[in-house]
Amino acid sequence: MNHPFAVAQRVVGVLLMLFSATMLLPVLVALYYGDGEADAFLSGFGITLAAGFIAWWPARRIRKEIKLRDAFLVVVLFWAVLGLFGSLPLFLADRPDMTVTDAVFEGLSGLTTTGATVLTGLDTLPHAVLFWRQLLQWLGGMGIIVLAVAILPMLGIGGMQLYRAETPGPIKDSKLTPRIQETAKTLWYLYAGMTVVCALVYWFAGMTPFDAVGLAFSSIATGGFSTHDLSLGHHDDPVIELAAVFAMLVGSLNFALHFTAWRTADLRTYWRDAEARTFLTMVVGATALVGAYLLYAGTYGDPSEAFIKALFQVVSIGTTTGFTTTDYTLWPAFLPMLLLLGSFVGGCGGSTTGGIKVVRFVLLLKQGLREITRLIHPNAELPVKLGGRVMPPHVIEAVWGFFAAYIGVYVLMFLLLLLTGLDEVSAFSAVAACLNNLGPGLGEVSSNMASVTDPGKWLLCLAMLMGRLEIFTLLVIFSPAFWRR
Amino acid sequence: MKIIILGAGQVGATLAENLADEANDVTIVDTQANLLAELQDRLDIRAVQGFAAHPEVLQAAGAEDADMIIAVTESDEINMVACQIAYTLFHTPTKIARIRASEYLQEKRLFQQDALPVDMHISPEQLVCDYISRLVQYPGALQVVDFAGGRVRAVGVKAYYGGPLVGQELRTIREHIPGVDTRVAAIYRRGKPIIPEGDTVIEADDEVFFVAAKKHIKKVISELRKLDRPVKRVVLAGGGNIGLRLARALEDHCQVKLIERNRERARALSEQLTKAIVLVGDAANEALLLEENIESVDVFCAVTDDDEANILSSMLAKRLGARKAMSLINRLAYVDLVEGGAIDIAISPQQSTVSALLSHVRRGDVVQVHSLRRGAAEAIEAVAHGDPSNSRVVGRRIDEIRLPNGTTIGAIARGEEVIIAHHDTVIESGDHVIMFIVEKKNTAALERLFQVGVSFV
Repeated sequence: MNHPFAVAQRVVGVLLMLFSATMLLPVLVALYYGDGEADAFLSGFGITLAAGFIAWWPARRIRKEIKLRDAFLVVVLFWAVLGLFGSLPLFLADRPDMTVTDAVFEGLSGLTTTGATVLTGLDTLPHAVLFWRQLLQWLGGMGIIVLAVAILPMLGIGGMQLYRAETPGPIKDSKLTPRIQETAKTLWYLYAGMTVVCALVYWFAGMTPFDAVGLAFSSIATGGFSTHDLSLGHHDDPVIELAAVFAMLVGSLNFALHFTAWRTADLRTYWRDAEARTFLTMVVGATALVGAYLLYAGTYGDPSEAFIKALFQVVSIGTTTGFTTTDYTLWPAFLPMLLLLGSFVGGCGGSTTGGIKVVRFVLLLKQGLREITRLIHPNAELPVKLGGRVMPPHVIEAVWGFFAAYIGVYVLMFLLLLLTGLDEVSAFSAVAACLNNLGPGLGEVSSNMASVTDPGKWLLCLAMLMGRLEIFTLLVIFSPAFWRR
Repeated sequence: MKIIILGAGQVGATLAENLADEANDVTIVDTQANLLAELQDRLDIRAVQGFAAHPEVLQAAGAEDADMIIAVTESDEINMVACQIAYTLFHTPTKIARIRASEYLQEKRLFQQDALPVDMHISPEQLVCDYISRLVQYPGALQVVDFAGGRVRAVGVKAYYGGPLVGQELRTIREHIPGVDTRVAAIYRRGKPIIPEGDTVIEADDEVFFVAAKKHIKKVISELRKLDRPVKRVVLAGGGNIGLRLARALEDHCQVKLIERNRERARALSEQLTKAIVLVGDAANEALLLEENIESVDVFCAVTDDDEANILSSMLAKRLGARKAMSLINRLAYVDLVEGGAIDIAISPQQSTVSALLSHVRRGDVVQVHSLRRGAAEAIEAVAHGDPSNSRVVGRRIDEIRLPNGTTIGAIARGEEVIIAHHDTVIESGDHVIMFIVEKKNTAALERLFQVGVSFV
């Protein structure tokens, strides 16, 4: 047992066995509510555990250091394999009766915290299934934090190495182990703590305990799955909406920043960070714009209602969560498109959000402005600075490369979806919804993706994975150079 | 007073010259014999050759009974160590060091008796930077100096045709600008000082020095010349310490371009500045200046360490249309050559440094000394102490004080209040009195005036 990727195999085996344990939680839920789905999750648990064991056993004695190459592979397999096994209970469950395609789509959408669904009639589904969807998002969020705060900077994906040397707190060192374990542990405590607080707030605000826990899972993870068809509109309570807004914002800030703020007990940490500052300013600006336009267009007569709806939708779409309190696709055409395009920016780097990330956008913008200045002053020495620090040229190149790849992948996916027979608006927004890990699209796919054809769903699965893995991680695996020894 | 100056460079030499003229016993120390010989030929001073921080050299220079040691060698570290040694071995009462690196200056705890016993540290770069910043603030001014913590300012302005006061007697100032109190302290006409009286008529091309509260300065300048529009665009040539500090100080309220020849240095500068644009190139390159719209620049200021380069690039900028050209000039001979003609303002770093040092050398509670017109005149801020029985100033009206010839009292800072001097103003104990002396030989007499009689203990 000594093939080149034995280390990756061992790690994935261990991960699968750990992951199988999480399926026991919905079993408990099923037993508590007596909805008869315990069997599906127990079998899912058994199969996953066995698969993990089979992968782990032959490679258990491999004690090699994880190399860069293994790291790429583990990261991709983490989402792909766990996504597949996560969909197993959904496929096995009696209600809903899902095809393989639908189950995988739902599973991946959960684990990548996308929040796009093919299910309807959520309110009538068994509690265990609903709980599992929420839990998948929460687990995905956990993975993303470590991925985004520690692993991607180390791999240097799309200019994210700029976090490596700079971010105060846990990720100063670039060695994979044991730093990552320490980092991960601290970040997960924070993540779990925030979720608990969020759940308690939801509960006090009037949700049932089941909803409170489930929605807390998907809020902090900026996932977007809900336990009701109407999403957060089901509760129709401004307090809950504002609590959700806060939870989503927390989830969309850099977790390394949370860590520093926690360590130093200083809330100003957030404002001192250039990216967080830009992000919050953008949220405020977009809310003002959307709210004002809603009033102007007469969609809402009451200013406070208009601005709360605007705030909620801006935060929900902007942070790529995808909750809705109202069918915003029925708003004047400018707004849904604005929000959809806003999801491309996403939240901060090192958060659970999708999209290109604010930090990259800021860098792109600054680089663009620099080119203009350079044309006016050909002799000027013009560094690109972020928060007072000079960005090395290779970071900016990496960001541009990432941007180009993102748009390229986007266009390709869009064309392929059109090929499957989807109309332009639906195809355009479905790719955005999946690539940005947003969830809801426009047109046919505004509330669910059930109407997309099977090949279309597989394509969107790929889009979700690509978006989650910041494109390059996946492209690296597909490159011949990766497999060459 | 017995004074030891360490370092016979430009600052050391200028300082020696100023101090020797004022009848101090000056000893100058340097490693280079030729510098010392040249100084000794000109000035009545003692010279000791040797390494400034070595104890035996200090002893040879007479450190044991020196009143003051002024360390102005090239190296910050030598300056600080020399002060430390003078304190430890010779108990020299006053120790002054020139310290350039801002890294040292940021640490406030460093300069204390139990750490580095330096009584006063001066940073010429910072002084020059402040000086130029003030000139940028008042576009019409030739020189701006601060008194009483910046509450009072003395400003030198060239009067032009079209200024409402030009051609008028000084006594009409109050009718021209009601509510603004100011006092014209000195006038230079064709290079010769005139003591201003009520019936003195201001002519065009006079250099007028007046003193006023900070908030009134702009108003007074506008009476003497058509007020220039505020400075918006600044080009700095030379990205050394001064250039960088200046760019930092100005970049928030002006549009600053900094020209630096060395690409590496330019990169480092651009990383430290937020808004200023750093250009790589030669400040005397016509094409570069034209490309950067030199014709619409309000102030061009050359601050490299090369006098000739500074003068030439300023002249070029001026000819290409820069509204005002300033240049940093170390050699005093050049200053007379170019100021007022080829370029507008020459800035002499030694002059600023010497001014700052002089206040420590002077007796009788002198807190500030500023050289005006490159040392031809002085503005002095002194504190009045005592009571009418033992002081020759306290409790007296200004017209009762027997001031030396060529001296005028310009203003008085009393607490937070700024009083412009009139003949019937009575000076109180604790007042900061701001005076102008056009004949420098009377400085000592003025110092004596402010010393308290023996009965005041």
